[in-house]
Amino acid sequence: MTLSFAAQLNSLLASLILLSAFALLSQRKILGLVHIFAWQGFFLALSTAVIGFASGEHHLYISSLLTLGMKVILLPYILYTLIRKLKIHREIEGIVNIPATMLIGIVLVVFSYHLTAPIRELSSLMTRSTLAVALATVMLGLLMMVTRRHAVTQILGFLAMENGLFFAATSATYGMPMVVELGVALDLLIAAFIFGIFFFHINTTFDSLDVDQMAKLKETD
Amino acid sequence: MILLSLLGISVVAALLLAFIGDWKFAPEVNISCSLLTFLVSLVLALQVYAEGGSVAGSTYFFVDHLNISLVVLTTLVSTTTAVFSRRYMRVEREHGRVGPMRMRFYHAMFQLFIFAMLIALVTNNFGVLWISMELATLATVLLVSLYRTPTAIEAAWKYFILCGVGIAQALFGTVLLYFAAERILGAGGNALLWTNLSRVSGQLDPTVMRLAFVFLVIGYGTKVGLVPLHNWLPDAHSEGPTPISAVLSGLLLNIALYALIRCKALVDGSLGTHFAGNIMMGFGLLSLLTAAFSMLRQKDIKRLFAYSSIEHMGIATFAFGLGGPIATFGGVLHMLVHSLAKSATFFSVGHAAQMHGTQEMGRIRGLIRGNPAVGWGMFLGVMALAGMPPFGIFTSEFLILTATMKDAPYLAPLLLLGLTVAFAALFRKVQPMVAGLIPSWQKPLTAANIPVFLHLALVLVLGIYLPSFLARWFQLAAEILK
Repeated sequence: MTLSFAAQLNSLLASLILLSAFALLSQRKILGLVHIFAWQGFFLALSTAVIGFASGEHHLYISSLLTLGMKVILLPYILYTLIRKLKIHREIEGIVNIPATMLIGIVLVVFSYHLTAPIRELSSLMTRSTLAVALATVMLGLLMMVTRRHAVTQILGFLAMENGLFFAATSATYGMPMVVELGVALDLLIAAFIFGIFFFHINTTFDSLDVDQMAKLKETD
Repeated sequence: MILLSLLGISVVAALLLAFIGDWKFAPEVNISCSLLTFLVSLVLALQVYAEGGSVAGSTYFFVDHLNISLVVLTTLVSTTTAVFSRRYMRVEREHGRVGPMRMRFYHAMFQLFIFAMLIALVTNNFGVLWISMELATLATVLLVSLYRTPTAIEAAWKYFILCGVGIAQALFGTVLLYFAAERILGAGGNALLWTNLSRVSGQLDPTVMRLAFVFLVIGYGTKVGLVPLHNWLPDAHSEGPTPISAVLSGLLLNIALYALIRCKALVDGSLGTHFAGNIMMGFGLLSLLTAAFSMLRQKDIKRLFAYSSIEHMGIATFAFGLGGPIATFGGVLHMLVHSLAKSATFFSVGHAAQMHGTQEMGRIRGLIRGNPAVGWGMFLGVMALAGMPPFGIFTSEFLILTATMKDAPYLAPLLLLGLTVAFAALFRKVQPMVAGLIPSWQKPLTAANIPVFLHLALVLVLGIYLPSFLARWFQLAAEILK
């Protein structure tokens, strides 16, 4: 595998990650969202392995395996089990304005390219061009958390954002130091445990996972 | 070794309390573990005192004149909060608001939270700093929803989501920081160490650092509760159990600000301009003013003091943004005295709410007649928070104001306006609660008075007489942040 081929392969995977981020924005079925999220994690793990191979940074293989285990197998499995238990696997979220959200998403991508332009010029890594995609994935996850009203969808936005951050680290610097990456993975595990508990609490208290029902706490005049 | 026991005790305590947290003497176990951590932190402080310079533990941890006072503060406030929580949670249990399982969970998470904050303070690694900030958030999320009422769950969800979003931005900022550092220090864990970065901060690429700081200030600023990123804060403070409100307000906000000022020091070194300072001054002033005016229209007593926390964190952020030896000195002092006064006030507020069975300020009356210790504790705490002399907050605010007059005189009127409005709001709301006759619905209560008056005494002492070694530490801290 020549270097340029690896770079091209990585760009292809980056575009697939971005595509799945947009797919998450437009998908309305809860189970469909989990599938897309698992695919995004898969592209991420693959891209990490490719970068690890091409750059000779072998610790990236461990990161890649960690991603595969966490984001392709464990987290989707946890979400899937929760969704089954809560009996919401048939649920379709009533969201409007998908086209408008997509347009905002496109603006965010352009904005990300603009923001990371100075870093692209400084960096000499083969992955420098994908940093913009990583930031865009973070922004799209953020957008998803803001626009969607379902607790599970908001969590998926949060996890997609985490994917973007991980991708940013591999693009900008071939990954963070190992201790940091392990710590972040640990935090993610604890977060998974917490949102699992939360789904049950919200569901039993409000009879639904629609977060719009949670609007009691407002500023009183 | 000392550092390891400092961190280790709370981990062991968390594991232990996860199993025996509902036992009859669990609160005492909680208190003793916190006290032990406090004593260890005192030994650490003595070391710093004796050796003068910074004690570099190893590559993983370090203690210098900036974080040592915050370490001691954190362990002290967690100990007094554990003492307060013993009485407070007993009443909550009698009212049937928490069961045995939740008591286990509560105690274990309390210790885990202390552990996360201590790691954040003494770690040398910016990546680990981020991880422990996130861990501190996660440990408290389910404590906010401990009562499982609809509003508590809503508050905790908001806290989880908004802080999750915020802190993610800080991680992106950390990635950018690593990107800038790696070019000078080489790849690997050493590139994220504060002791290395502060040495080479002048060589870090300014364009990248500027971008990194924007993400870092949004990320950690969300946790500090800076306006307009503060939405989670009043809800989380008002819906959780009061001991948790006390440590969230008194400690967690401080830790987030600590993370932010460490980042600022690096950015300043790299840019050589006042870019980071200006951003922090802007956020600080906006927080101060917004919070002060919001306080005027609060009805819930814990929301009132949550906004007061935003106000005070705004002042401290402004001070660090202003920079210079006097303002930074004032900022560090302000973090300390605000933390002590605010947690003391939350202790009294918790008891007052239990006596009246409500957090609604309109129904809390006649505190001084009903329970003089609670009433006076709250009144004096509020006076301290409002910046009345001779309490320590007066000293710190005076220092910050003096520095503002000198370096940015056109901002002094805004600062004064915020302080005045906050004072008026606090006084107007609190005076009717402490004075007057005992209402029929008030119930007697045995309060935990030692934590409240210990904190207030410390705030008073720091206002009248600042020990020379402490003053020296703050000066050196200002030196570190320069």
